[in-house]
Amino acid sequence: MRHKKIMIDEVMNLLKLEHVSKVYKGGKKAVDDVTLSFNKGEFIAFIGTSGSGKTTTMRMINRMIEPTSGKITLDGEDLSQKDPVHLRRGIGYVIQQIGLLPHLTIRDNIVLVPKLLKWPDEKRQEIAKNLIELVDLPEEFLDRYPGELSGGQQQRIGVVRALAADQDIILMDEPFGALDPITRDSLQDLVKDLQQRLGKTIIFVTHDMDEAIKLADRIVIMREGKVVQFDTPENILREPADKFVEEFIGEDRLLQARPNVTTVEQIMLKTPVSISPAKSLNEAIKLMRDKRVDTLLVVDDAGFLKGFIDVESIDYNKNKATSVADIMNKQVFFVRKDSLIRDTVQRILKRGIKNVPVVDENSKLVGIVTRTSLVDMVYDSIWGDDSEDESDAAEVHSTTTEKVE
Amino acid sequence: MIQFLQTYGSELMVKIGEHLYISFFALLLGVVVAVPLGILLTRFHKAASFFIGLASILQTVPSLAILALMIPVLGIGKFPAIVALFVYSLLPILRNTYLGVKNVDPNLKDAAKGMGMTTMQQIIMVEVPLAMPVIMSGIRLGAVYVIAWATLASYIGAGGLGDFIFNGLNLYQTDLILGGAIPVTLLAMLTDFLLGILETKLSPVFLRTEK
Ligand SMILES: Nc1ncnc2c1ncn2[C@@H]1O[C@H](COP(=O)(O)OP(=O)(O)O)[C@@H](O)[C@H]1O
Ligand SMILES: [Mg+2]
Repeated sequence: MRHKKIMIDEVMNLLKLEHVSKVYKGGKKAVDDVTLSFNKGEFIAFIGTSGSGKTTTMRMINRMIEPTSGKITLDGEDLSQKDPVHLRRGIGYVIQQIGLLPHLTIRDNIVLVPKLLKWPDEKRQEIAKNLIELVDLPEEFLDRYPGELSGGQQQRIGVVRALAADQDIILMDEPFGALDPITRDSLQDLVKDLQQRLGKTIIFVTHDMDEAIKLADRIVIMREGKVVQFDTPENILREPADKFVEEFIGEDRLLQARPNVTTVEQIMLKTPVSISPAKSLNEAIKLMRDKRVDTLLVVDDAGFLKGFIDVESIDYNKNKATSVADIMNKQVFFVRKDSLIRDTVQRILKRGIKNVPVVDENSKLVGIVTRTSLVDMVYDSIWGDDSEDESDAAEVHSTTTEKVE
Repeated sequence: MIQFLQTYGSELMVKIGEHLYISFFALLLGVVVAVPLGILLTRFHKAASFFIGLASILQTVPSLAILALMIPVLGIGKFPAIVALFVYSLLPILRNTYLGVKNVDPNLKDAAKGMGMTTMQQIIMVEVPLAMPVIMSGIRLGAVYVIAWATLASYIGAGGLGDFIFNGLNLYQTDLILGGAIPVTLLAMLTDFLLGILETKLSPVFLRTEK
C-alpha cells in the first residue's frame, strides 16, 4: 500500500476534462458532465460498473470519440484544435484485445508508431531492442509473429508498443482483463514500474477494484456516466462518497482496508498527560491524581519525548529522588503518528502496554494511543466480521520497534 | 489431335492470345474498379448493399444479352467485349473486397487508428493485407468467370477461342468445338492455379502457415 502524498498544487494539470458529456446517436448519454484533471506522472484508474462510461471517457482523450459538449485540454491546449492523427501518435494506446497486427513481426509491431512518425530505421531497431529487453523477453522474439507468442507475452508487447515513440500519456482499457491471474499480476507490476521509472502518465480503465487499488495514485469511480468519487485509494477506502461506492468497494475490502489505511494519528488522543523532567515528584503525583492516570509522559521544554514515569516507580523512589528526571524510565515504546495501524496494532497489543505515546516526524510528542481505543479498532476491523478466518486475526506484523534512549 | 494442331496450330495461338488479351484487360479493369470501390463501401455501409445488389443483378443478366446490348453503344470488336466481361468480374471482386475488409477484426482496426494511422494507412497497412486472402479469392473467381465468358466475345467480333467454338457449331465440326472448349478450360484452370500461388504469396504469413 502506498502512502504517497500528491501535491496537486505543485504540479501542473497535464490533462483536464471540463464539463465533458457524450451522447451517442440514439440518445444514450454515456458520459454526463464530467470534470476531472490529472497531473503529469499520475496513475489514474477509472472504475465502475459495466456501461458506466469509462471507455467512452478514455477514448475522448485520444479523440477516438468526440465529446458532444465540454472541453478537454492537454497541456493547456484544446484537444479539438489538434489534429487527431498527430494527437494519437503522442498517446500510447493499449486495449484488452491487445491488437497486435498479426501480419507484422513483433519488431514491426513495437516500432509501428515510430515508423508512422518516420523516425530513421536505425533508431527504430534500437528502440525495438531496448523495449523487448525492458519487458524481459528474448531478442529473438523480435522476428516472430504475434501468433507465436502467449497472450501474456503479446500484451507485454502491447504495453511497450505504447511506449515506443516516447509517449508521455498512455491509455489502457482493461488491458489485463483477459489474462490469467498470475500473468495479470506480473503485468500490473510491469506497468506500475514503468510509470514510476519513466514518469509516464497512465489512464487505466478497469473493473477490478483490487487492480485499481494496487496501481492507481487516484481512482475515478463512475456510475451512469457521472463521476461519483475521485480520490486516492486510501481516501476512497476510508471515506467512500456514498452507498454506491461502498457497495462497489465491497464490505470485505472496507473492513480489511480500515487497519490498512488508518494511521495512528486518526485514532490517537490528542491530549496526552505529560510532565517536564525538571518537575518534582510531588508535582508528578499531584498531576496523576488530578488527571486520574497512573503514568505520565516526560517531555522536555522543546516538546521532545524523553521517557515516562509511573506511580509504582514514584512510590518506590520517593525517598531517594526528587525530580522526575532522576527516576524516569527512558525505555519508552512509542509510535510515529503517520504509521499505519495495520503495522503497529499487533506490536502494541503483544507487548501488553497500556498506553503508547505518539510522536511526529521530529520526535515531538503529539498524542497517545490507549489500549481501549485500540481494542475497539481491532475488534471492528478484524474480528467484526465473523467469517474472517483465524489465521488472519493471528497474523503478526513484524516491523521494527522504535526506542528512545 | 495432332492433325488439328497441324491444321490450326498457329491460329490457335492467335486465338489464345486474343482470349487472354480480352480476359486480362476485363479482369484488370474489374480489379481497378471493384477493389477500391469495395474498400470505399466499407466506409458507407448503407451504399454498400445498394452497390452489391446492383452488381448481383448485373451478374444475372445473360451474358449474351449484355454483349448484344454493347453493340449499339460501343459497336463491335474487342473493346465492347472487354467492357461487357468487366461487368461480370465486378461482383465477385467487389463482394469479396467489401466483405474481406469489413470483416477484419474491429479491434485491429481500432488499434491501428488509435495508434495514429491515417485512414489511408489503415487501409494499406492493415485492412488490405489482412483481407488479402478474401480479396484474392474474389479475383480468382472473377478471372475464371471472365475467361469462360470471353468465349462469347467472339459473338461481337472480338475474336478469341470462341471463334473456334462458334465455327464448329456452324459447321458441325466437333474437333473445332473441342479445339476451342478445351483450351478455354485449361486456361481457366491454369489462371486459377497461378492466382492461387499469388494469393499465398500475398497473404500474411500467419494466415499462410495455418493452411
Ligand atoms: N458506439 C456506441 N453507440 C451507442 N451507445 C454506446 C456506444 N458505445 C457505448 N455505448 C453506451 O454508452 C454507455 C457507456 O459505455 P462505455 O463507455 O463503453 O462503458 P464502460 O466502458 O464503463 O463499460 C453504455 O451504456 C454503452 O451501451
Ligand atoms: Mg469499457
